[in-house]
Amino acid sequence: MSDLRKVSSSPHIRDKATSSNIMRDVSIALLPAAAYGVFHFGMNALLTILLSVATCVATEYIYEKLMHKPVTVKDLSAVVTGLLLAMNLPVSVPFWMPILGGIFAILVVKQLFGGLGQNFMNPALGARCFLMISFAGRMTNYTYYALGANSGYDAITTATPLAVLREGASVNVMDMIVGNTAGMIGETSAIAILIGAAYLLFRGVIDLKIPGTYIVTFIVFMAFFGGHGFDGTYLVAQLAGGGLMLGAWFMATDYVTSPITPTGQIVYGVILGILTGIFRCFGASPEGVSYAIIFSNLLVPLIEKYTIPLAFGKAKAKGGQKS
Amino acid sequence: MNPNSAGERLYNGIIKENPTFVMMLGMCPTLAVTTSAINGLGMGLTTMVILAMSNLIISMLRKIIPDDVRVPAFIVIVASFVTIVQFLLQAYIPTLNASLGLYIPLIVVNCIILGRAEAYASKNPMMASLFDGIGMGLGFTLGLTCIGLVRELIGAGKIFGVAVMPASYEPVSIFVMAPGAFFVLALLTAIQNKVKLNLEKKGKDVSKIQSGCNADCASCGSKCSNAKE
Repeated sequence: MSDLRKVSSSPHIRDKATSSNIMRDVSIALLPAAAYGVFHFGMNALLTILLSVATCVATEYIYEKLMHKPVTVKDLSAVVTGLLLAMNLPVSVPFWMPILGGIFAILVVKQLFGGLGQNFMNPALGARCFLMISFAGRMTNYTYYALGANSGYDAITTATPLAVLREGASVNVMDMIVGNTAGMIGETSAIAILIGAAYLLFRGVIDLKIPGTYIVTFIVFMAFFGGHGFDGTYLVAQLAGGGLMLGAWFMATDYVTSPITPTGQIVYGVILGILTGIFRCFGASPEGVSYAIIFSNLLVPLIEKYTIPLAFGKAKAKGGQKS
Repeated sequence: MNPNSAGERLYNGIIKENPTFVMMLGMCPTLAVTTSAINGLGMGLTTMVILAMSNLIISMLRKIIPDDVRVPAFIVIVASFVTIVQFLLQAYIPTLNASLGLYIPLIVVNCIILGRAEAYASKNPMMASLFDGIGMGLGFTLGLTCIGLVRELIGAGKIFGVAVMPASYEPVSIFVMAPGAFFVLALLTAIQNKVKLNLEKKGKDVSKIQSGCNADCASCGSKCSNAKE
């Protein structure tokens, strides 16, 4: 681990936070949403989650062994990637899809670029988009075998709330907040996600800058361009629907792929909100959170370059830009 | 070996300075048309014919073309051959012509062709330039066909249009789309760099003896400007 540290000049702040502590907190925070996913979608959801996590960890371990690198599976980041990936898949996917996605996430998006801290895009979302583009039919098949409130039926297949909204029909907002709708394994229940997010906020792992600006910008955008004005029901449905909650609290806040500067985080949140709004209002598909996040990930180096805060005691350079 | 001999020119084009994997030239057709092995092969061979012919003519005229207007002159020569080849393709292989589409006229501005004209054919004798064109063209063909093969195999489960994967195989269609081109190009380049690196490691001692210091300052007593930290 020692070669991962870069010592700068004093003063230093000592902190007990380590990669594995943070990743453990994120995993714990994801559990309510994952547990609700299993409760709502059944045992196949659990199988998908386990396969995805196991594949991510195994891929990281095997790659680092083969390349004679220090094995970093103990930092739990592969576990978080696996969890997030599975929570971004529909329950109907065949068993090989979380495996293929896990390998892609860890091998191509993360390890080939140098491992944790070097990946330019969120590995789980990179893999989700890889699968989405390759297997559009399977990735939008929301058939599930209900266990919860609808357990009287053999199988349920409905449009996702966002698709229903797009058709102009009305949705049951209460169902969307609780999570009793069709969708990806971990994204349906806004409440379960918010419980996890509250835990992360309480532990200080994330702060409100990115998710807050993301959500506020998105609401404002949808109020202007969504076609329903300031209709509260519509706005809440857009917020609770699709992957917005999961994306805003858990994936947009990924340390590696979000800006480190405070101003940059706000700029990043605003860009995310606008992009998600554009994709949802004008895109071909009713959902666009994952594309908005990976696209914004690519802008992060640029955002950071222009938002480096002025060092204490330094005058502002001419032209505004400090190097 | 004589650097202008036919064999050396072919080796240089296919392996040593392979336009796709080593020099990274002509990326636009490389990424765009390699959705299948047959497209890659067709594009590569078309480019090879034009490259060889334009190299030959440019080398013939190298003492007549004034230095100041050499690039326009090269482009006129290349464009003539592109037009001829396109008419031939339209007449005899219309399917290939249809699948390559716009990328055939774009061969005019292909940087491999202009690059070889500028760097080689305008300075070297005719036969050497012809073989340089053939070598570079074959190298390009090899690169494009390899990329096309992998993309077609993974993205459609076929090789040269023949289904080879079991029926239960589900094609990963991202590989026949634009992102797949980047994945496969990067992967194949990485593999061939690795192979080359291993070959170089084996031949390492030989090169050291030949050039004395060879930037290896530990074994060399004298001071060296590019000393490692």
